[in-house]
Amino acid sequence: MSARERIAGGTASFIDERTGAAKWMKKTLTKVFPDHWSFMLGEIVMYSFVILLLSGTFLTFWFDPSMREVEYEGSYEPLNGIKMSAAYASALHISFDIRGGLLMRQIHHWAALIFMAAMVVHMMRVFFTGAFRKPRELNWIIGVALLTLGIVEGFLGYSLPDDLLSGTGIRIAEAIIQAIPVVGSYLSYFIFGGAFPGEMFIQRIYAVHILLIPGIMLALITAHLMLVWYQKHTQYPGPGRTEKNVVGYPLMPVYMAKAGGFFFIVFGVTAFLGAVAQINPIWIYGPYNPGQIGAGSQPDWYMGWLDGLVRAAPPIETHAFGITISWNILIPGLIIPGIIFTLMAFYPFIEQWMTGDKREHHVLDRPRNNPNRTAIGAMSLTFTLVSLINGGNDLLATHFDLAINQIMWFSRIGLIALPPLAFVITKRICLSLQRADREKVLHGRETGRLVMLPHGEFIEVHEPLSPEKAYVLTAHEQLPALEIGEADANGVANPQGLKGKLRARISKASQEQISKPTSKEMLELEDGHH
Amino acid sequence: MGKAVNRFFGFISRYRRHRFAGPLMLLGGLLFAGVGYTVAQAATEEVQVVLSSDKASLISEGKEIFARGCSSCHGLNAEGAGAAPSLIGVGAASVDFQVATGRMPMADMSQQAARKEPVYDERETAALAAYVASLAPGPAAITNEELFWERDGNTAEGGELFRTNCAMCHNLAGQGGALTQGKYAPTVMGVEPRHIYEAMVTGPQAMPVFANSVLTHEEKLSVIKWIKFVETEPSLGGAALGRVGPVTEGAVAFILGLGILIGIAVWLTTKAR
Ligand code: HEC
Ligand code: HEC
Ligand code: HEM
Repeated sequence: MSARERIAGGTASFIDERTGAAKWMKKTLTKVFPDHWSFMLGEIVMYSFVILLLSGTFLTFWFDPSMREVEYEGSYEPLNGIKMSAAYASALHISFDIRGGLLMRQIHHWAALIFMAAMVVHMMRVFFTGAFRKPRELNWIIGVALLTLGIVEGFLGYSLPDDLLSGTGIRIAEAIIQAIPVVGSYLSYFIFGGAFPGEMFIQRIYAVHILLIPGIMLALITAHLMLVWYQKHTQYPGPGRTEKNVVGYPLMPVYMAKAGGFFFIVFGVTAFLGAVAQINPIWIYGPYNPGQIGAGSQPDWYMGWLDGLVRAAPPIETHAFGITISWNILIPGLIIPGIIFTLMAFYPFIEQWMTGDKREHHVLDRPRNNPNRTAIGAMSLTFTLVSLINGGNDLLATHFDLAINQIMWFSRIGLIALPPLAFVITKRICLSLQRADREKVLHGRETGRLVMLPHGEFIEVHEPLSPEKAYVLTAHEQLPALEIGEADANGVANPQGLKGKLRARISKASQEQISKPTSKEMLELEDGHH
Repeated sequence: MGKAVNRFFGFISRYRRHRFAGPLMLLGGLLFAGVGYTVAQAATEEVQVVLSSDKASLISEGKEIFARGCSSCHGLNAEGAGAAPSLIGVGAASVDFQVATGRMPMADMSQQAARKEPVYDERETAALAAYVASLAPGPAAITNEELFWERDGNTAEGGELFRTNCAMCHNLAGQGGALTQGKYAPTVMGVEPRHIYEAMVTGPQAMPVFANSVLTHEEKLSVIKWIKFVETEPSLGGAALGRVGPVTEGAVAFILGLGILIGIAVWLTTKAR
């Protein structure tokens, strides 16, 4: 019995003697997790979430979620005597009069930004490696739900202090709600408890921000982790790693020690940012007042791309039957995000439809080995990035001496033209990387060493790859495109008709690959004559 | 000597009650006042002559500088030409603002005259201002010493006024913002009090004029006091990140926050092998 096993066994028997859960514990604690930095992204998300819960709880001790008007009398002199909501006053109170209050506010906000950033990068990892494939589609959908909730949660939290900057964001949100045809204005009335901004709003979003959404997220995260648990973690291709096993470290003690330590690292980095970098200085922005607005108002970054889409929309409205439909808000504010999130949630199934591959997968793809998926990912990221850039168009204009209208037109054209371009370029890059892999397997690695042959010719020495390396480069399978014939063997026309043809087309385009070395080629290589 | 004095006083006291004594005294008094007034009048006139000759030379100096540096765009008599507006009636305040902040003379006919190192020194600026002011009355230039913003301003009120009147162009933290077609409202940080004041009084380019009916003199001083407060306030809670808000904050979260964490994750997973 190795030391590691002893510790796991010891922990299990300690618990067992008290709870009788030996079997379950033992299975659990010796459970194996593969080791790769990209598998720790999910952990960063999880730890940031814990930090958010803890720092947020601290803030609730003093935050007063009320729009009752008060006259500020506090230690921030330049706001003394100004009328403001109790919510804003209490946020100032936390910042200036509560010991550690400002630090906590800043940690909470930095943790939120890191949480969302890590979530997006975690999702990118899952996407580009194909970790969402069967049987993990459900976990992917849970992930999309968490992402959506995270965006809403962040936006509400950002709005709570009732400062002038976030109030501007609420105003835009209200415009988006009002743009919903027919029911929009009723909905807005309902949400704000009357005409904007009303007197209920902060109170309401407070309940949603500290109770409802965190509760749902906690439940979803639990389900998410349990699924990771039962379905086991995926692993990157490597010798000895198959669809049937998991190669890695046992949970106890190695993984626990690492993960536990990593929590403190995440906490440390967040606290460090909270201590040295100012974030959301609400006291400079002043209290919210519907009659005031600031130039260069921006939402947090995870909302920025939505803001950018709204900014890019040309002003189009239609008036019919006494109803005004503001397409310029409706389309970028609701319809496009709706389409994006729906496509995202269903992507695992869309891919299955494209490839016809409905089997289980536990070994991850190297992104280059699925050029189509990687290109789709690059395309989506490009779209989001261009809209994010447009969301900061006013700042880009002032800081880089550009005209806001130029950036606007760049974005409008870019939103349509750049994503397909990114798709094509990424696909080409993937295919050339595949070609390079093939070369490497067949002819070895370029060593950079030049040798002069007896007859004076220079050649570069190629070193054969180690079997492990060669395995990694060749382990993936290359699916043929779907065959959907015009007619079957009996001459009966394909019942799927046009739809089938379309699917075959898509499948053919999406399955474009550089064929990897065949086993015959490999054998020849081993025999030494090539 | 003593005898003569005695005789003089004796004479006065003897004729004090003479019947011509009263009118004579009056005459003497009038004579004295008249002569005195004339002399004094001449003296003050002399001072005024000196002053106005100084002003005249300032104006003519200004006219000269104007002809060299400004007339190519604004016309020989400041009547305006092409894109450059007429300066008749814009007043000394406008010239002091435009020239002392380096905006004028405009370097190139771009979207907007940008702030830069001033081309003219204080005296030349004053001369230009005097010249333009001499064409038609307009808002007068002001000096920092004439603005008692520290004494008469109110920071909190100034912040409120700034958010109501200025923030939609200059940003909530006074960091400036973009307007359409490449125009922009510059940052108001690091601007001299007198130029803040003159900007409000003259409304350069896309900026509206804030007449006393909109913002009283005291309210303008409050706005200046708030701007100066924000400018000199130590950044609470850590580095201010340029005070441009969520855009830099997001970049820092990605690059510093997540970047460091991923770096550590890579390090942790490679060290283990
Ligand atoms: C290259 C052309 C050019 C030159 C040289 C130039 N100006 Fe101007 N000036 C402009 C233009 C164009 C405007 C109006 C738009 C603006 O302010 O950017 C203007 C505006 C002004 C205004 C503001 C007018 C108002 O309505 O308040 C003043 C004052 C002024 N100039 C003074 C001067 C003075 C003094 C000089 C010489 C030192 C000068 N300018 C040189 C082009 C010029
Ligand atoms: C409609 C938008 C707008 C509003 C409102 C506005 N400004 Fe401006 N402001 C501008 C523009 C545009 C300029 C640049 C003018 C120029 O370059 O000649 C400017 C210039 C200034 C400057 C000169 C900055 C420098 O770099 O020299 C100051 C100071 C200033 N504004 C203060 C204010 C104050 C104080 C208020 C509120 C009382 C205000 N502004 C309101 C648009 C605005
Ligand atoms: C609150 C937010 C989230 C938390 C706390 C979280 C946490 C985790 C953790 C700890 C893991 C295991 C380690 C890893 O693979 O990184 C994981 C795996 C996974 N996550 Fe998330 N995640 C979140 C959001 C998301 C999102 C937005 C998606 C995608 C839309 C997603 C999809 C997945 C999938 C499919 C797996 C399985 C990966 C595999 O087995 O290789 N998660 N998550």
